[in-house]
Amino acid sequence: MTQLKIPVENTTLENGLRVVVSPDRAAPVATVGVYYNIGFRLEPRGRSGFAHLFEHMMFQGSEHAAKMVHIKLVNSSGGVLNGSTHYDVTNYYESVPSNALERVLWLEADRMRALKVDDENLRNQRDVVKEEVRVNVLNQPYGGFPWLDLPPIAFRNWHNAHNFYGDFADLDAATLSDVQQFFHTYYAPSNAVLLMLGDITPEEGIALARRHFGDIAAGPAKPKADVSEAPFDGERRGEVEERFGTLPGIAVGYRAPERRTQDWFALAMLDHALHGGRAGRVYRKLVQEQQIAVDTGGGIQYPTGDLFDYNGPTLLVSRLLYKPEHSPEQALAAYDAVVEEVRQKGIESDELEQVKVKFRSDYFSSLEGGHGGYIPRYGLMHYLACFTLFDDDPRLVNSILEGFDDVTLEQVRAAGQKYLDPSRRALVIRQPAKKGSA
Amino acid sequence: MADAIMRESQSRSASPDVWSVPALGPERAVVWPQRTYRKLANGLEVVLVEAHTVPKFTGELYFRSGNAAAAAVAPGLAEITATVVRTGTQQRSSRQIEEDSRRMGADFGTSAGADTSAIAFNGLVDFAPQLLELVADLACNASFPEEEFEHERRQMIEALRIERATPSFLARERLRRVVFGTHPYAIISPTEQQVEAYQRDQLIEFYRTYYGPSDALLVLVGDFSAEKMLGEIERVFGSWKPRTTPPAPNPALPDLHGRHVYLVHLPESVQAQILVGNRAITRKHRDWLPLGLANSIYGGAFNSRLVMNIREAKGYTYSPRSGVNALRQHGYFSIHAAVRNEVVAATLTEMFYELDRMRALPVGEDELADARNYLSGIFSLGLATQDGLAGQLSGVYLERLAEDYLETYRARIRALTAEDVLAAARAHFDSANAQIIIVGDRRQLADQAKLFGEVTEYSAQGN
Repeated sequence: MTQLKIPVENTTLENGLRVVVSPDRAAPVATVGVYYNIGFRLEPRGRSGFAHLFEHMMFQGSEHAAKMVHIKLVNSSGGVLNGSTHYDVTNYYESVPSNALERVLWLEADRMRALKVDDENLRNQRDVVKEEVRVNVLNQPYGGFPWLDLPPIAFRNWHNAHNFYGDFADLDAATLSDVQQFFHTYYAPSNAVLLMLGDITPEEGIALARRHFGDIAAGPAKPKADVSEAPFDGERRGEVEERFGTLPGIAVGYRAPERRTQDWFALAMLDHALHGGRAGRVYRKLVQEQQIAVDTGGGIQYPTGDLFDYNGPTLLVSRLLYKPEHSPEQALAAYDAVVEEVRQKGIESDELEQVKVKFRSDYFSSLEGGHGGYIPRYGLMHYLACFTLFDDDPRLVNSILEGFDDVTLEQVRAAGQKYLDPSRRALVIRQPAKKGSA
Repeated sequence: MADAIMRESQSRSASPDVWSVPALGPERAVVWPQRTYRKLANGLEVVLVEAHTVPKFTGELYFRSGNAAAAAVAPGLAEITATVVRTGTQQRSSRQIEEDSRRMGADFGTSAGADTSAIAFNGLVDFAPQLLELVADLACNASFPEEEFEHERRQMIEALRIERATPSFLARERLRRVVFGTHPYAIISPTEQQVEAYQRDQLIEFYRTYYGPSDALLVLVGDFSAEKMLGEIERVFGSWKPRTTPPAPNPALPDLHGRHVYLVHLPESVQAQILVGNRAITRKHRDWLPLGLANSIYGGAFNSRLVMNIREAKGYTYSPRSGVNALRQHGYFSIHAAVRNEVVAATLTEMFYELDRMRALPVGEDELADARNYLSGIFSLGLATQDGLAGQLSGVYLERLAEDYLETYRARIRALTAEDVLAAARAHFDSANAQIIIVGDRRQLADQAKLFGEVTEYSAQGN
């Protein structure tokens, strides 16, 4: 296997801000990211959806860049920008022609220094977020299935189990003082990493980081939070009504191991053997051969995250939509038979080799793009950020593949035995409100 | 407006220059990757570009015929044909195709739109010859297994039922029908009955007629040597027999006069999907670039007027956008937003206000400069990945645009004036004859809908 040699330089500023630069001068563009080590898992009780609402507020104005200035400055420099909220991180990123790089760093530093927003901004973004929830969840067939459906069934600790997009009552209850308090608690340089990728040298990047971020106060240490979750003590079941779609669905969640453990490498290969596209066992058996299911998918943190970007209790998910002439019990029995076979017999040797090749290929694609056409190296940025914040070692981006390549057949079988246990899992049935075609 | 705020923030900066917005440095030139173009003896056009970003390559094999070409036989025929192409060849079963692909670290997909059928793929360069062979096998030797065809037919029907519960689909379906009338472009999806009526022979006939090298384009971008790759392509595709393909029909379009409202009733909706549109132009039209610039100012970018207005000022919606959509024979302009039920009339009012402002008044020099920068910049971003580059090249070669289209794009954008933008907006933002689609719960929306024109109601089933 070719060893990856992506150049990575990193340092830590005196205020604790970690800085990672990965140069590549081939194209005159750069991607900049700031990742904060806070996601929706740690939002305050009674404020479900707040981490995401807060992410919107970060575009509403900072000390020297009023509302809309962030967006206008980036777009008018020929760039694009966005942010996203995950379980354990929140990111803000821009891709720009490299002549706008310093401008972007200035903007990111300005909003790391101080947020300057008012009640009108909060009202406005609360309305925007509600429409986001409607368009992505409440007014869509299979909206939130299963990424919002499974956690409340699977988990007992509020941090892991609550509605991450937010109950509207909680969104309504959010105040400006909540916004500033969240900012001061979690948005400190010592709780963040700045990434610069593409058309920049490490020396330039680190000098620019010092210039723009160096004088920001370190801020308080992040408060400790207990996100621990006891193992499943049985099968936990729930049912959610499907208001628009015609097909019933089932999703299953098993507890996934901690990242970078031996079990994690092995389970990732088994996950790929089960859920990797049309060659995956679940699709092949349930959709192609038995024709019980119409669509299947799955993975660690499926479908909103992946196996690299979590840092707390997490699920390996399977999702199927199946034909309405089958009962949930029949569909589940067919699914369970697929899983039981790999638990008993493991997978084929040739199959494991195929999966390893495909995994590597997918990883390369994620590094290069990974987020649509206009954010070059989004995946590289994302993985560098997670390896920095969670593992304190951005260079894992070059070496992590070796662990997957070393996985043996026996380890795959053992991981199946240990993790895909039908007596310790969460399960949600998404049942259409009306039978047949609407 | 951006400049006004920037100046204000600069004047407030106390002392350190760290408090003022850094100026843009000089724009770096785009170094154009070497491009290799060949037309094989059988007519297959090949475009190759080396891009050594990751040890992979990406490719697209296009046939310049899609659903429009066979609309008279059966709507969606190109699509079901493409779907079944991946399920079997003379040599390989469906399972073998999928596992062979995984063995090479490859992803591939077969699909069809109105004007094209395509096999798209990417994989590790180590396995490039094998992946090209698999693609050629699908393109030349598909066997259309009876049981796979029946299975894909059922799959397609289930997918249609989910589409019919999806607001954005229902809106697009209705707009295309209204704007294109009896032209094949009017139909974006078949009915269940039409899918039930598909015959395997129709798929085979479509495949024999249109999946040939003579009107096909192969675009490859990636971490390879173009010279060696060209040799592989000659080896794999060189013996493919040429054939002539008939052109797609191009019937007359409906005459659209005045605004009309189409209300698609989706019971229990908790939001309204708005889609407004009118016919516009193809990529070959001389107004294509000025219209693109006008669109980016109107609603095509985050900092556009529409987004600033109905999202950032008023909070009606999450992701409103406008777009210029080009098909081969015609095009259309569209504006969409998903809004809460109470503000449908308010949203339409603002959409038309901003549209009419684009038609009535020239854009200011600052706003124009910002928009030119935006289009020029995202163009460079779009070339920085293998997929992005392949997409840009495909657009140019599929529609047979000027050979230096990409190389001259930024200079042509920079040369556009406020007058060009105004002229394009007046010609192609057809506010007075815009067609208005609203998808949602009729009981909550009908009173607002009728304020904008005569209303015709449809069910989610399309009746």
